Amino acid sequence: MGQFLIKRVLHMIPILLGVSLLTFLLLDLTPGDYFTALENNPQITKERLDQLRAKWHLDESWYVQYGYWIKNLWFANGKLGDLKSQWNKEADGRVWRVIKHAVMPDFGDSLQYKQPSSQLITLRLWNTFMLSLMAMILAWGIALPLGIWAAVKKDSWVDRSCSGIAFLGLSIPEILLGLLALMFAYSTGWFPIGGVESDMYYGVDEWSIPRLMDRFHHLLLPAAVLAASSLAGLMRQMRSNLLDTLRAEYVTTARAKGLGEGWVIYKHALRNAINPLLTIFGYSLAHLLSGAFIVENVMSWPGLGRLTLEALQQQDYPLVVAAVLMATALLMAGNFVADLLLAWSDPRIRLEK
Amino acid sequence: MNEAIDPTNNPNARIPRTPWRLFWDRLRRRRLALTGGIILVFLYAVTLLAGFVSPYHFEREDRERFFHPPIRPMFDGFRLVVPRFKPVEGQLAKYERVQGETRSLRFFVQGDKYKLAGLIPCQTHLLGTGDEQIPVYLLGTDQLGRDVFSRLLYGSQISLSIGLIGILLTFSMGMLVGGISGYFGGWADTIIMRLCELIMSVPGLYLILTLRSVFPAGMSSTHVYLLIIVILSFIGWASMARVIRGMTLSLRERQFVLAARVLGQTRLKIIARHILPNTFSYVIVAATLSVPYYILGEVILSYLAVGIQEPQASWGLMLKDAYVNRQNLTLYPWLLAPGAAIFITVLAFNFLGDGLRDAADTKST
Repeated sequence: MGQFLIKRVLHMIPILLGVSLLTFLLLDLTPGDYFTALENNPQITKERLDQLRAKWHLDESWYVQYGYWIKNLWFANGKLGDLKSQWNKEADGRVWRVIKHAVMPDFGDSLQYKQPSSQLITLRLWNTFMLSLMAMILAWGIALPLGIWAAVKKDSWVDRSCSGIAFLGLSIPEILLGLLALMFAYSTGWFPIGGVESDMYYGVDEWSIPRLMDRFHHLLLPAAVLAASSLAGLMRQMRSNLLDTLRAEYVTTARAKGLGEGWVIYKHALRNAINPLLTIFGYSLAHLLSGAFIVENVMSWPGLGRLTLEALQQQDYPLVVAAVLMATALLMAGNFVADLLLAWSDPRIRLEK
Repeated sequence: MNEAIDPTNNPNARIPRTPWRLFWDRLRRRRLALTGGIILVFLYAVTLLAGFVSPYHFEREDRERFFHPPIRPMFDGFRLVVPRFKPVEGQLAKYERVQGETRSLRFFVQGDKYKLAGLIPCQTHLLGTGDEQIPVYLLGTDQLGRDVFSRLLYGSQISLSIGLIGILLTFSMGMLVGGISGYFGGWADTIIMRLCELIMSVPGLYLILTLRSVFPAGMSSTHVYLLIIVILSFIGWASMARVIRGMTLSLRERQFVLAARVLGQTRLKIIARHILPNTFSYVIVAATLSVPYYILGEVILSYLAVGIQEPQASWGLMLKDAYVNRQNLTLYPWLLAPGAAIFITVLAFNFLGDGLRDAADTKST
């Protein structure tokens, strides 16, 4: 198990390197750069622009830029001085702070916001994560019981209407669903539109109940839209899995022993039926990330997807690279968790191989 | 006594059915799949004749009727007539009927010029009133007074064709690369599979948009159209190649492949003639089920303003119009019509794909 963990984590490194290299290459192929938009500004001289470009290494070829970027991840100029000043700052937990500063990779400052990219991304990533998590809870919470119900009452009206809804859910595009949700929100006024929270809570304690409730209120509609898209697939999967296991011989045995039907289904069949769903977990995270991108843009949710889109439009390359890497890492983490869950739930699976 | 068994003597004896025949027989029994297929045939036929079926040209702006609600032709005796509407003063998207003034709905009327199937110049339209003052807007108009129904049809030319061309490109590439990777193995296999992993590990839309940003934003719609296909295929081939590789790995050890090798066929020929045809049943199902991915890809790119550009019509672009007018969308919900069109198309593809998958699965009945 330990070996497997290490192997998987090590396996992520070349992929992340490859993705960052690919992103750099693609960004280099992009016509113009961040400062192109400033060229028409009469207040900025050409020399100043050249200075700025030189400062960000934009005048170099892309592999040199990439080299600088790699170096700056952990060994930026003046890092030692930075660490020293962190150490000299009189406050609690200075050891921890220095270690954090030394270990955390530095993705460079965003050209547009003049802030460290990692700071910008952390905030947005948290929003996207909350959105995906909420959507996942909603989707699994609704899909599993419905799928079980449909399987148990196979060929009844419940089953039929569930599979009908599943087909509709699989086919309805997220954009349309998002627009319908917006329409609903505008016409009823029951839900806030856009943003993670109302302005009035700015500066209020992060964990105060009204503020959390307000955040939840903002989260609900986007999450529901996002959940609706993955709900259908999950439900169908749950239904077919349970139907498969109900046909297995150990279920017949359990019934022959005289166990009640409820006991047979929930204690024997269901446990085995859920296993294959765990593999979908990772996949559904990928789906959620792509879906979140759309929902964020339709419903003005300030998440990673929107940030990436804005950064791409501005050609803010440190931010783009960091955001793409983050999304990739999130996706890989999801797959990783799925593998672990599977190993944990099914002792027949050996990860060492 | 042997006559009943010998097919040459007894025409009623059962001749073994070919695999395709079996496939078709199984597919025919699935009503949903057939429905999906019929809907798709209909949609593609209408798309091909978009200029003819649509009453107006997609660029035609009616400056007097912004956000006009859908006009339903009605029966006047045995004639279909279109009533005349005039705007209600001071109210947005409100039009009232002018009593007594109607124009009969005619077929094969002369109207805006267009090119039939993109080739033949023509100006006959299937439907129309032939009167500028009494137009027939079946799905209403948008903020520039353009007929939503006509734009929907013109947009379908882009959305529906992107799916087919994209699939063709992705799958030929995926099959070829996957076949080579699985059959040859070794370092070629390693490189190709690592590349696939790299492409698949970036969340789709992030990669699509980064790729899109490589090209200038203000490209012409034709160029963007080709670009979208290339980008979507560039990402799509990876998962296809992986599956085909897996199938090839098991197929290359089978006896018919060994026989072909013994007979001295070249390796590429073995891949193309003996291995890949055996993956067809999977490929056809997967292709049908992944057409929606291409349609949605175009929709999202156009929606995010980096796809098809105005004044061209595409479903994503039209949904962007709906988004721009989101605050009053309850007043003119017909702007969401392209969403419904996407939904129907995707649903039809899912129906068909599901039926194909069941029909290709020889294990069940």
